[in-house]
Amino acid sequence: MRHIISLLMENEAGALSRVAGLFSARGYNIESLTVAPTEDPSLSRMTIVTRGSEEVIEQITKQLNKLIDVVKLADISDGGHLERELMLIKVRADSPELRDETKRVTDIFNGRVLDVTDETYVIELTGTGDKLDAFIKALDEKCIIETVRSGSTGISRGERALHA
Amino acid sequence: MKLSGAEIVVQFLQDEGVEYIFGYPGGAVLHIYDAIFRQDNVRHILVRHEQGAVHAADGYARATGKPGVALVTSGPGATNAVTGIATAFMDSIPMVVLTGQVATPFIGSDAFQEVDAVGITRPCVKHNFLVKNLDDLIPTLKKAFYIATTGRPGPVVVDVPKDITDPNIKISYEYPETIEMRSYQPTVKGHSGQINRAVDLILSAKRPMIYSGGGVVLGDASDELIAFTRALGYPITNTLMGLGAYPATDPQFVGMLGMHGTYEANMGMHESDVLIAIGARFDDRVTGDVKKFCPDARIIHIDIDPSSISKNVRVDVPIVGDIKHVLGDMNKVIKAHKNKPDAAALKQWWSRIDTWRDKDCLRYDRNSALIKPQYVIEQLYQATSGDAYITSDVGQHQMFAAQFYKFDKPRRWINSGGLGTMGFGLPAALGVQLAHKDATVACVTGEASIQMCIQELSTAMQYMLPIKVINLNNRYMGMVRQWQEMFYESRYSHSYLDALPDFMKLAESYGHVGMRIENPKDVEAAMKEAFAMKDRLVFLDFITDQTENVYPMIAAGKGHHEMHERELA
Repeated sequence: MRHIISLLMENEAGALSRVAGLFSARGYNIESLTVAPTEDPSLSRMTIVTRGSEEVIEQITKQLNKLIDVVKLADISDGGHLERELMLIKVRADSPELRDETKRVTDIFNGRVLDVTDETYVIELTGTGDKLDAFIKALDEKCIIETVRSGSTGISRGERALHA
Repeated sequence: MKLSGAEIVVQFLQDEGVEYIFGYPGGAVLHIYDAIFRQDNVRHILVRHEQGAVHAADGYARATGKPGVALVTSGPGATNAVTGIATAFMDSIPMVVLTGQVATPFIGSDAFQEVDAVGITRPCVKHNFLVKNLDDLIPTLKKAFYIATTGRPGPVVVDVPKDITDPNIKISYEYPETIEMRSYQPTVKGHSGQINRAVDLILSAKRPMIYSGGGVVLGDASDELIAFTRALGYPITNTLMGLGAYPATDPQFVGMLGMHGTYEANMGMHESDVLIAIGARFDDRVTGDVKKFCPDARIIHIDIDPSSISKNVRVDVPIVGDIKHVLGDMNKVIKAHKNKPDAAALKQWWSRIDTWRDKDCLRYDRNSALIKPQYVIEQLYQATSGDAYITSDVGQHQMFAAQFYKFDKPRRWINSGGLGTMGFGLPAALGVQLAHKDATVACVTGEASIQMCIQELSTAMQYMLPIKVINLNNRYMGMVRQWQEMFYESRYSHSYLDALPDFMKLAESYGHVGMRIENPKDVEAAMKEAFAMKDRLVFLDFITDQTENVYPMIAAGKGHHEMHERELA
């Protein structure tokens, strides 16, 4: 099962490597990991997407909680939640037909063209991982020059929240 | 009071109540060593290798319950300390290790004697710190001791760059009595609902077994465990790390369990209907094949570390909390409970256990012309009236000591259970003897293990530590040889130790007393003679039977009911 673990941790040097090290040392999967400081600069918020049986996920949350720098943690996929990922994708757009088609598909997916040259577009798209995958499929594979994805971040719906 | 970083380190240790620092100087810690030189309150013990410093601090911590402190320099000082740190981590020993680091402007430049000590130690510490600003030094030291000694204890490394200890830069110092950490608040009290559920289950048992581990020793909960076990009248087994938490000479004690545990302990586990696990972590050497583990038992697990619960074996009633508190609460609930243990069922259960006991699974050939290692441990037990602190290395001798020395008190059995570190015993004994100056301290070892940290004989001489080294010398890495005999058709690949030193002369060259004992009939007298020398380290080199194996044994992948037993003519 896919789980989204959201955690608040002290914004200390090395905090990220403690989490990454834990996953590699204990053989847990990381599908993606995102991290950045919060509105309180002493705290970082991290979102880890991982897969495993219930037992493995239980161990992952316990082991993460055991890290001294971790302040709070929740498996937000337990309840209603929102999930978003950002993708920047550079595509070949060197003919009028290709430029029109690419722009059309981008509009359908609610993406934005951020940069235009004679030869290329850079497109920005946010959404769930599935939506980003679908967008990539909708493009001509030969036209894709590079893609950059942020990995998923997420937040619980309603009143549920992580506080220090 | 204005102090330099180096002076702060030493003053802080003094204010924290630290008696001893075990260490070895080097470039990055010279400012700290200068501050140590200029005071008399914290005593520095100079070891001969940084691994020895950490093991000695570890032995001190295990024997006292107080945090051990080690100080090493940067680079190789830190890397040499890693084995000691990992040893303490696996056995949850409270310890603070100060590592020197190159000055902050040089960090990352591959400077002389630079390693990323925080990076290297990260997987084998409870937590670690790099002190980047002098202002952070005092709170970091306080956090280090707080983290090391609370919750599930463990080693904490504080990496201190040389410029942080600069004698010319001073800040005001005040000892912080307490520290608050929003990200670290260990649970102490057990959940009362869970405690009630557990007691209901405990009192409904027909074939109960108490399985207690090192957590009882670490949590100083031996008294509570004894009260709990006696009130119930249930059989109790201890893990290797838990020995001494319940008196081994008590009739309710069925011996150690696990790979080299007793028949009665392992069979009792296998047939139990309620298993009460207390401060134990279901280690693979204890459980054998988890699929065959306690097939009929409902399991209660008390532990301070939530991540230990249901890690290897699914449990039915988990209780997270400090063992001393939880057992104290449980004892009250049991006393007030409307139900009592099922006396009839218990009588039947004990008679079943007694039939297992009658097998006398630890029996060995007492008429051998060669010295049997078991006999040496029995004689050690006699010579010390069962009241010594026993450290050990790792291998057959460790198992013989665990099986044959009947520990009646906690903190008396000091060994590397989790990591299994050869070379632990002698330096650990230094720490134990320093902690308990008048106590009898013996290091049970073998000719392979002892050579991994033998340089510490020199430290023992310098500080006049009258340890007794019991060397079970069978000219083999005994446990490796045993596995090769059993599982590799006696192909003894590199387990034979050729070109051994003359240990008697070696001990003498360090200034100690050396003895070699080759005949079983001389063992008793040698022990008496050695232990009568109260102020000398005596190295007793017992030339033992090379073919002796540790029994009973559960081979890897087998269940508790599938033990190998010794076959005697």
